[in-house]
Amino acid sequence: MNFFTRSKQLVKIAVCIKRVPEMDVKFRVAPSSKAIDETGLKWDMSDFDGYAVEAALQMIEKLGNGEVVVLSLGPDPVQEVLRKALSMGATRAIHLKSDQVPFDSAAIASALAAELKAGGFDLIMFGKMAIDSAAGAVGVMVGELLGLPTVHACSRLEIAAGKGTARRELEGGAEQITFPLPAVVTIDEGIARPRYPSLKGIMAAKKKPLETKPAQLGAVRVTVDGMALPPERAPGRILGEGAAAVPELVRLLQTEAKVL
Amino acid sequence: MPNVLVYAELRGGDLRKIALETVSAARSLADTLGGEVHAVLAGATGSGAHAAALGEHGADVVFHTEHGAFAVYNPEALTALIAERARSGYAAVLIGGSARGRDLAPRLAARLGAALLSDVTSLKLDGGALVATHPVYTGKVAVTLRLTRGDDVAVVSLRPAAFGATPASRSARVEAVPPVGDPADVRVAVSEISSGDGRKLDLAEAPVIVSGGRGLKAPENFKLVEDLAAAFGNAAVGATRAVTDDGWRPHSDQIGQTGRQVSPELYVAVGISGAIQHLAGMRASRCIVAINKDAEAPIFKVADYGIVGDVFEVVPALTAAIRDVRSKS
Ligand SMILES: Cc1cc2nc3c(=O)[nH]c(=O)nc-3n(C[C@H](O)[C@H](O)[C@H](O)COP(=O)(O)OP(=O)(O)OC[C@H]3O[C@@H](n4cnc5c(N)ncnc54)[C@H](O)[C@@H]3O)c2cc1C
Ligand SMILES: Nc1ncnc2c1ncn2[C@@H]1O[C@H](COP(=O)(O)O)[C@@H](O)[C@H]1O
Repeated sequence: MNFFTRSKQLVKIAVCIKRVPEMDVKFRVAPSSKAIDETGLKWDMSDFDGYAVEAALQMIEKLGNGEVVVLSLGPDPVQEVLRKALSMGATRAIHLKSDQVPFDSAAIASALAAELKAGGFDLIMFGKMAIDSAAGAVGVMVGELLGLPTVHACSRLEIAAGKGTARRELEGGAEQITFPLPAVVTIDEGIARPRYPSLKGIMAAKKKPLETKPAQLGAVRVTVDGMALPPERAPGRILGEGAAAVPELVRLLQTEAKVL
Repeated sequence: MPNVLVYAELRGGDLRKIALETVSAARSLADTLGGEVHAVLAGATGSGAHAAALGEHGADVVFHTEHGAFAVYNPEALTALIAERARSGYAAVLIGGSARGRDLAPRLAARLGAALLSDVTSLKLDGGALVATHPVYTGKVAVTLRLTRGDDVAVVSLRPAAFGATPASRSARVEAVPPVGDPADVRVAVSEISSGDGRKLDLAEAPVIVSGGRGLKAPENFKLVEDLAAAFGNAAVGATRAVTDDGWRPHSDQIGQTGRQVSPELYVAVGISGAIQHLAGMRASRCIVAINKDAEAPIFKVADYGIVGDVFEVVPALTAAIRDVRSKS
């Protein structure tokens, strides 16, 4: 019995990856107040998408045969994260070109679904959520648009004999999910830590195919009214050292913070 | 179509708090629209008993579907059921953003061809548009999104605990509704494997969170954190990724950029350095206390109150002091 549903040799996995800013900075709002100021930001593949790429590569490596296709929708610089995935070991990349990436999960999902539809993939993988938009929606929407079995936020994933078994973390618990392939899954943390591209991988990636096509975003219905930075925390204070500081802490929790 | 539809989530046969929050949020939206609140309640035999609580939080009509295949979370059958109801004409469908709700909402939106607003912390009508706020960029930026209402319904998932569960003196009319198709004939089959401790407060609901990091040195020392949480009485236990990676605590306890995002009244960080990815999950807490032996640890930059010291000395002393305060109140 084959690892995947169809008894063909070449297993195809797609992974959708988003380019996002690195988060360890103090963001500024752009003068338009409808976007962040991108000056000086560094960019990378979104965290969960890195886990998805790694999980896909490990599956193909275990099989010994197959391809991992990575897709990203956005302006030209998304090619940098596509190249990174190629240097980790992905087979080829597709850039769905769009100057803007809207805050509209449905629009992004329909553009990705349009491209993935005819791809003949056995498994389509996403991050659980993009860490910039934090919607956690695009992968599941694509699954639904393609009419495929869909499992969101897998913290474990096993594929065997044309079936998948996944685990999802719940509030104070977890659940097990079984489903047939082909399928769409979104990946939570805990599955796999992304490898660092090797020098050899980086050299090889330069020669791997990267195809650019216009993104078919369709109607964008959700628009940004404004962006704002939450109020800064007032500077805190160190009350003292060791157990001797406990009475003062308890007093402040009662009288100042009023949380006791 | 001024009416608002909500999904009333059950887990293990019990109505979740998030379901009441969702009904309450729908009530205030429906009041501005001059419409009714309708709830979809689907569960096993006896689940209809929860309709009363939905009415008491603002539902006018409860559409109740009873079927054994709804005893567990059944995303495909629920999508079919709620979509069918939603197509009869609603301004919006509100889904509580629990782990399962976050799975259900995008399914439903895509099935309906609707736009989706995810994980919103506020929701209102402005002219003909739905306007919602949502934390983005790991909580460092708040975005206000606008969805101009056309003829389509909108799907909205609500961040847990961002909307209160407000009692309303109503009694809902209950209508029995047959399932759509065969709810047992699905491709995605879910079973709960560990339901945790039923009495345990969830991180999203707890007013107090005590979190532990690698400074605790070994998994068995989490007892210190659990004892402190128990002393508060209304606290849940969280952890850093360093700790969940090593398997000291389940991943579902992890707070941060790639874990849960929480905003309790009080957050106590025990032996946690305060890495940027951890701060992303707890920075919005109202009051932050840090206990760390290193006075230079970054956690002290966000903590309202800090104690520099050994967790093995400070935490038991704090636990005793909190017990003392609570026994006198
Ligand atoms: C992509 C990515 C995503 C991540 N997501 C998350 C996330 O969601 N959540 C998260 O938490 N982390 C996340 N991390 C990891 C994060 O960068 C830190 O490594 C992690 O938060 C550190 O955990 P810690 O504070 O427990 O451990 P450490 O950083 O090792 O800190 C331990 C602290 O304990 C103190 N200590 C030691 N002994 C004692 C003692 N006896 N008494 C008192 N204090 C003591 C030390 O001074 C130190 O400050 C992520 C990292 C990456 C790269
Ligand atoms: N512009 C994009 N290009 C490629 N993949 C994307 C894009 N936006 C979102 N995704 C995928 O969808 C997941 C969820 O994104 P979101 O719903 O925005 O949180 C991400 O982790 C990616 O896997």
